[in-house]
Amino acid sequence: MSAMSAGAPRSLASSGQKSIQDILHPLSAEESALNPGSAAEKDLILPNGTPVDTSSPASSSSLLNRLQLDDDLDGETRDLFVTVDDPKKHVSTMETYITYRVCTKTTRTEFDLPEYSVRRRYQDFDWLRNKLEESQPTHLIPPLPEKFVMKGVVDRFSEEFVETRRKALDKFLKRVADHPVLSFNEHFNAFLSAKDLNKRQGLALLTKMGESVKYVTGGYKLRARPVEFAAMGDYLDLFTQKLGTIDRIAQRIIKEQSEFLMELREYGPVYSSWSSFEEDLHDPLEGVSGCMSNCSSALEELTEDMSEDFLPVLREYVLYIESMKNVLKKRDQVQAEYETKLEAVVFREDKKTPVPTDVEKCQDRVECFNADLKADWDRWENNKRQDFRQLLTGMADKNIQYYEKCLAAWESLIPVLQDKQEAEGETS
Amino acid sequence: GQFLGGLGFVMVEKGTSLLKMMEISVAEAEKRTGKNAVNMQETYTVYLIETRPVDAASEGTNPVPDSLWRRYSEFELLRNYLLVTYPFSVVPPLPEKRAEFVWHKLSADNMDPDFVERRRVGLENFLLRVASHPDLSSDKIFYSFLTEENGWKETVFETGFQAKADSRLKALNATFRVKNPDKRFAEMKHYGDELQSVISQLLRVRARAADRLYGVYKVHGNYGRVFSEWSAIEKEMGDGLQSAGHHMDAYAASVDDILEEEEHYADQLKEYLFYADALRAVCRKHELTQYELEMAAQDLTSKKQQREELATGTIRTFSLKGMTSKLFGQETPEQREAKLKMLETQIEEGEELVKERNAECEEFVKSAWVDIERFKEQKDHDLREALISYAIMQISMCKKGIQVWNNAKECFSKM
Repeated sequence: MSAMSAGAPRSLASSGQKSIQDILHPLSAEESALNPGSAAEKDLILPNGTPVDTSSPASSSSLLNRLQLDDDLDGETRDLFVTVDDPKKHVSTMETYITYRVCTKTTRTEFDLPEYSVRRRYQDFDWLRNKLEESQPTHLIPPLPEKFVMKGVVDRFSEEFVETRRKALDKFLKRVADHPVLSFNEHFNAFLSAKDLNKRQGLALLTKMGESVKYVTGGYKLRARPVEFAAMGDYLDLFTQKLGTIDRIAQRIIKEQSEFLMELREYGPVYSSWSSFEEDLHDPLEGVSGCMSNCSSALEELTEDMSEDFLPVLREYVLYIESMKNVLKKRDQVQAEYETKLEAVVFREDKKTPVPTDVEKCQDRVECFNADLKADWDRWENNKRQDFRQLLTGMADKNIQYYEKCLAAWESLIPVLQDKQEAEGETS
Repeated sequence: GQFLGGLGFVMVEKGTSLLKMMEISVAEAEKRTGKNAVNMQETYTVYLIETRPVDAASEGTNPVPDSLWRRYSEFELLRNYLLVTYPFSVVPPLPEKRAEFVWHKLSADNMDPDFVERRRVGLENFLLRVASHPDLSSDKIFYSFLTEENGWKETVFETGFQAKADSRLKALNATFRVKNPDKRFAEMKHYGDELQSVISQLLRVRARAADRLYGVYKVHGNYGRVFSEWSAIEKEMGDGLQSAGHHMDAYAASVDDILEEEEHYADQLKEYLFYADALRAVCRKHELTQYELEMAAQDLTSKKQQREELATGTIRTFSLKGMTSKLFGQETPEQREAKLKMLETQIEEGEELVKERNAECEEFVKSAWVDIERFKEQKDHDLREALISYAIMQISMCKKGIQVWNNAKECFSKM
């Protein structure tokens, strides 16, 4: 198995260029069964360095299934469901804060129970995200909603703010749960299942904690980013720009709509006061006034929805992109370290001695990082496409609903306006 | 049938004899330059009035209509003549002299082509209103306004209506001195005030709302641009985004038509804003006739009083003559006799005058109230129609909105 021989670069487990069958995954059951203590075998770690509990063979093979490259995690194959709901306010003498209920349903054996229900606050989510970034530095970690809010400007306890935040937190956990690597992270497991998150110490779940593999080496200069990653970086820059523009446009529309709403609110009542000194025209005018009032409510709903549902998602993606750019930079660092060390070795006089393991380790890291990143990138692109499709069709839907409400109001007014013509024969 | 013009809500059910005879329209507008009264160059707009005998269209032949050009000031002259000559009629108003209640995109410039076009429609509407009025339609001056290009102005001045116009100024002051105005007219005047106030408010707010609506639609056009730029950096998402962007552009562009249609609605409201003024003018004229009657009656009463005093020798009312005669001695019986005789004549004349004025008043009240009732019916009908077409316009706007967003949604779903 060329994959495991020392001295040659390990084949990329998640290269995306080979078919599933051809790829020998380091965790394939045959390997561990065949070479339990082989010197050639490295510690069973995931390509990203996280140790894996392989005490039960069953878990390894099922892990293999789950680590399929083609992760079409639709309802049938998904075995982990997470939701965030039921926000509650907690008041203590020290502080006031909101907690959210986090419900988990799973058939995974990594979890002791099939169901969990815990309460978590934003701080806990923040802790989780930091832990994920630390322990899975080669992966793209989904973003959290913004941490800080201006105390005077935004009401942290208003229904709208809490609901917006809840949705974002729910999305965050779902994205992690859908990720083939992140969802198996022990911190994630603890977050979902532990009664009390003991955030200070490491978790006792796994003895083989594994050194928090330090990938952020720093100080090495990268000559050139490989084309594919440069393309990612360029795309992210351009995409951020576009998102910023869309954000500004959406805000401007909300502003214009709010000002239009203000005028509408004044317009309707004038018809009402007119109706007060008309006889024949009393009902039609009153009807117009009522109609405008309905349109006003519909517009208010539209504006609120856009504020609460549309803008936060845009901003979330901007944050996502920021963290992705950081991951790209980390990757650059890892590659830089490798290249520098390789160069140092290459320029040694004795070219016959094998490449020292240090350089080898660096090479591994680079290749694993690249593989993880590429896989995550593809996943991210796919999700992005779905998310924006959903976001924009949602925007279209909200506008359609607004116009449908107004249409209904005006259509129901027509008979009221025409009433006299019909009643002419009957009344005086 | 009669061509009803752009606003299309003129009631011609009663079918005046004029309208049975001819079709009237204001077909075009043109710019002219010429020398004005003080020999200065000026630019002004003229409007083409076309008249066509009714039978011509039905016979199948389509002869060239008779036509002549008139400027706005001539329309004003016509209307002033009608106001003075038919004080008991609610005279149809002209379209506004200057553009008011404009929202920012519209120009307030009288020479602006959109303003000129809307004025053309308003002038046509004015002519049709007059032509369908039971009293005004048979006026000779009106007829020659429509048919005689040259010398019309002189003809109008020859009627001497301007002398009568001065009495209108009196009408402005009459309010405070009338003791017994007809209650119905007082109520009508009050109604006119309220109508004017509420429509002004309505037009103001509408203009502001139009401004805002314009902004909402136009900003969506920016989505078109950014979606296009964004699609350039996407692979699979690109097509959907690009085509959605086109729909956003279409959405932004659609507001121009929407607001143009709304302008018609505003014009319909404006007509009744000015009609309120015409209504108030009739009520004031009533007050004037009532006032003049009351003055005549008052005068008669005082003359009668004087006669009584002179006859019985008692002074009940203070008069300077009376005092001086008291101070400087009584008059001779001959003088008294002469005075009495004069008073008798004056009383006779006074009674005639009171009878006349009373008849005038009654006549005015009768005619004016008929026209006011006619106006009320017309107003109720027209405004109801205006509201219906406004609602239909809103419905159309909503349907267009739904269509555009559905189109965009389809594109988004293909992303």
